[in-house]
This record gives sequence, C-alpha cells and structure tokens, in this order.
Amino acid sequence: MIEIHPMVIFFAAIFTNNMILSNFLGMCSFIAVSSEIKTSLNLGQAVTFVLTFTTLLNYFVYHVILVPLGLEYLRYIVFIIVIAAFVQLVEMIIDRYFQTLYYALGIFLPLITVNCAILGVSLFMVIRDYDLFQSLAFGVGSGIGWTLAIVTMAGIRQKIKKAPIPKGLEGPGITLIIIGLMALAFIGFSGIVQIQ
Amino acid sequence: MEKILITVTAISSISGVLALLLSIANKTIANYGEMKMVINDEKEYTVDGGDTLLTTLVENEIFIPSACGGKGSCGYCKVTVVEGGGQFLPTEAGYVTEEEQKEGVRLSCQCKVKEDIKIAIPEELFNVRQYDYRVAQINTVTEKIKHLHLDLPQGKEIQFKPGQYIQILTPTYKGNSEEVYRAYSIASSPSKTTGIELFIGYIPEGICTTFIHQFLKEKDKLTVVGPFGDFMYQETDREMVMGAIGTGMAPILSIIRHMYEHKIERKCTFFFSARTRKDLFMMDELLKYESEMPNLTLRFSLTRPTPECNWDGDTGRIPQVMDKYLDGDGNNMESYLCGSPIMIDAVTEVLLKKGIPEEQIYYDKFS
Repeated sequence: MIEIHPMVIFFAAIFTNNMILSNFLGMCSFIAVSSEIKTSLNLGQAVTFVLTFTTLLNYFVYHVILVPLGLEYLRYIVFIIVIAAFVQLVEMIIDRYFQTLYYALGIFLPLITVNCAILGVSLFMVIRDYDLFQSLAFGVGSGIGWTLAIVTMAGIRQKIKKAPIPKGLEGPGITLIIIGLMALAFIGFSGIVQIQ
Repeated sequence: MEKILITVTAISSISGVLALLLSIANKTIANYGEMKMVINDEKEYTVDGGDTLLTTLVENEIFIPSACGGKGSCGYCKVTVVEGGGQFLPTEAGYVTEEEQKEGVRLSCQCKVKEDIKIAIPEELFNVRQYDYRVAQINTVTEKIKHLHLDLPQGKEIQFKPGQYIQILTPTYKGNSEEVYRAYSIASSPSKTTGIELFIGYIPEGICTTFIHQFLKEKDKLTVVGPFGDFMYQETDREMVMGAIGTGMAPILSIIRHMYEHKIERKCTFFFSARTRKDLFMMDELLKYESEMPNLTLRFSLTRPTPECNWDGDTGRIPQVMDKYLDGDGNNMESYLCGSPIMIDAVTEVLLKKGIPEEQIYYDKFS
C-alpha cells in the first residue's frame, strides 16, 4: 500500500486527477447531457452515487473473491458485470420507492451503466493499490470532480448559446474545444496535490 | 486445467448470484401488481403495472402510431393522460410542446403505468389492429413505384375509411438492424375487407422502401398495423378537387373507387402530374372510371415531357394546371391533396386564391 492520506486522494480526484479533464473518461454522456445546468447537475449526482457504491462493491469483489482465487486478470469482465447489475438494481429501487429522486436522476441511470469513468475508477483503484478508505475517497472525489466538470461545461454552453459559432463546430465540436481549454485551465491546480 | 475450472466457476457464480438478485428484484420491487386503465371514460382494462403505457396498450391490442418502436425518438405515440402516469419526463420534452403539456399530452413510450391510469385516445384507434398479411402480388407500375396486393388470412377483415393509411412493420434485413414502422396510404376500396393494395415508391436508402423493392417477394408475410389518419372521404355534397403526385395517388384512388362502387355522382376533378408519360400509372382503370362516372374529370399533366412521350396534353405542375381549369364557387368546393409538403403548400396557395376555405382543404403530407 502506498501511504497517501484519503483526503489527499479525495481532493486530487476532484482537481488534479479529474476523470474528465485529466483522464478524458466518461466523455459520451458528458458531451450529450451538458447543455443545461439543471440536468447536468442531476446526471453528476447520479454518477457520484453510482461511482461511490460500485467502487466499494468492486473493492470487496476484487479483494475477497478475485485475489484469493488468483483471478485478478478477470477484473475487467467482473467489474463490468457488477456495475451493470448494480445500476439495474438501483434503478428498480428508486423507480419504485423514491419518485422524486427517480425523476431527478433515475432516468439518467441507464445512460451511465457503461460510462467508462465508472469502470475507470474501479480499475485505477486496483492499479494504484488503494486500501478501503483510499478507494472510497477516490470514488467519491472522482464523482464530485466529474460533476464539477459537467456543471461548469453546462454553464459555459448556456453562455455561448447565442454566440456566433462557425457552423461546422456547433454542438459537440465546440464542446470538445472547450473541454480542451478547461483541461488546460485545470493544469493550474496540479501543484496542489499529486497522486500519481 | 484447475485454473480453467476455477475461472469458469468464479465467473458463472458471480453472474449467477447477480442474475438471481436481479430476478428476485424484478419479481418483488419492480412488480407493481394489477392496475386499472380507463380509456375515454368508458372502456376499462386490468393491466400489469410497471411497463410503459405504449407496451401496456399494445398488450391490450390498442395500437398507437409509433415509428421508432418505443425508443422516444419519433414523437408519434402521443396520448392524453387524464389521471396517473406520474411526472412529465425530460426525455419527452423534445416532442411535446408546452401547450400540449398543459393538456396532459405524454409520449406513451416514456410514461410508465405505475398507478391506476386514465387516458384519452381518438375513438378510431380502437379500430386499429395488427394484421399478418400475405403478399399476393407485386407489380412494377413505373420505374420507381411498386403496386402491392396484400391478402389477409382467411376469416380476418380490415375496416377502414377511404383515404386512411396503414403502417408496415419493416423487419430487419441485411443492411438494416432495427425494426421500424413506415406509413403508406391504402389504395384499395374499403368494400374489399379481405386485403389491401399499396403503392410504394423507391427512395434511395429508405429503410422500408429498400426492403419492399429489393427484398420482399410474392407469398412473403408482411406485418401491418392500421388503419390510421383523419385524411378521408367526407360525406358532403360539395364539388371535389383532388390533387396528387407519385404514390400520393393511393388515397385518392381509394376515394374514387369508393365513389364508383357507391355510384356517388358528385362533381369531381382529379389533378395528377408526373415527370414523363412513363411515370403515369393506373391509367386504364382511371380512364374507365372517367368514362363511366358522368361527373368525374381527370386532368393529367407532365412536368418534363420528352419527344418520345408524344404528349399533347397539359404540361406543368399541379398548381399551374389547377389555376388554369378551376373556376366556380370556391365556397362550395372541398379539396383532397396527397403529396410532398412542397407540393401541398404550393397547391393550397392556389386553392385559397380560388376561394376554397382553408378548413375545406384536406391533405396528407408525406415526409
């Protein structure tokens, strides 16, 4: 185990090792759902929620089942199955019992089943050899970082709605350019903490 | 060997446990039990809750128009929900205007039946059924148009009004991976209830037209849902002005056949235009009706006659030809149009100029 305080990992996951802006993971829903602040915030919440719990689940699945059996190389397929099943189950539960929550983030859940940021966090957790608390901090932090990025993006996109963007760059084109600029800006944080 | 066994067992048991969990959840959490669905305040159904409204309606043999098959991308399956159905979803916002939202209009493929529900649908949708037709005959009437004869299985019948349309469920084929519904007007007369006729034009890369033109063979099965549409023959005494291009002839032909069979002798003029003489079709039948129906006049025109056409009739598009021949009291006329949006808009302009009130102009736009 490497000795990094969980809080350091938490902040690093938000700012310096942001899932979107430094790893470019989870781009699909990031580009598709970042046109309004309100919906992007809801999607961000859903991602944070799913990230937190799947990271924990996958931590246990990995250390309790895969490592003792010597099956670490199966982690990709196992992580994916666990994530998909978990998202499915959560969708059923909140659809039934938490109506308001369902309308706020339930309908986004199918969108993030295959979000690579979520698989990415579970895999980084294994590669970087985090312990339980470090993993938890990394999961929550990455979720918040992802939310921060998508909400900022949505804010910018709402501002530029009336801007005269060249036709070929409208929509995803200009969004990718903005993500690039945001990623450059986030390099400014890199002096604060480093976890790699 | 041992390694392989462990791997297989581990993966299967992890998936097995998760699958078990999910199916238990499906039986308990996602099982909403039986719900009551009331349609138009009169018909009552007991349905299994938890599914989308569209699926629930189809299970009860009520067919709402839907082109995308419940993916929320066509916006055809609108239904007015009076009570129940839950909150309006962001996934519907692109297809339902704010005014419609106030009236309770929902996309039935997005809204779920999780409580007792009351909805309102147009009465004629109760008449809509899904039929498995057999392709009896495929004729090529012009280079780009096929004339399909479909037969119902014995003992089945379809009731429709002249002018209405059906939807063909296009199956998947090489080059097309999704099932889609596409709308086509019925060309046969409503008196023939055991089968229908359709005209299907070829559109490059059109999913259904490619299927019909390149894959469908005689004796194949074809799934059709219908009838739909409020474009239909109106029981009045007004003079009729009809206009069509290409496969737009179908609903008009159905109306003329209906009038012929019922000996309806209203004054009626049918304007039809095509590119060249080769693009005129069903001429023998139409000319027979013209000679036997004293008040029916046909006005064919060609937009691009070539010398081989040997054409001494009218040239130009329908608006010009109508402008030339139409006269009389516009207030006492009604019009039936079927064609592309551009054609309909251009013809409507001429008809309005001739004094036909807008509410007496009926049309079916293909898009």
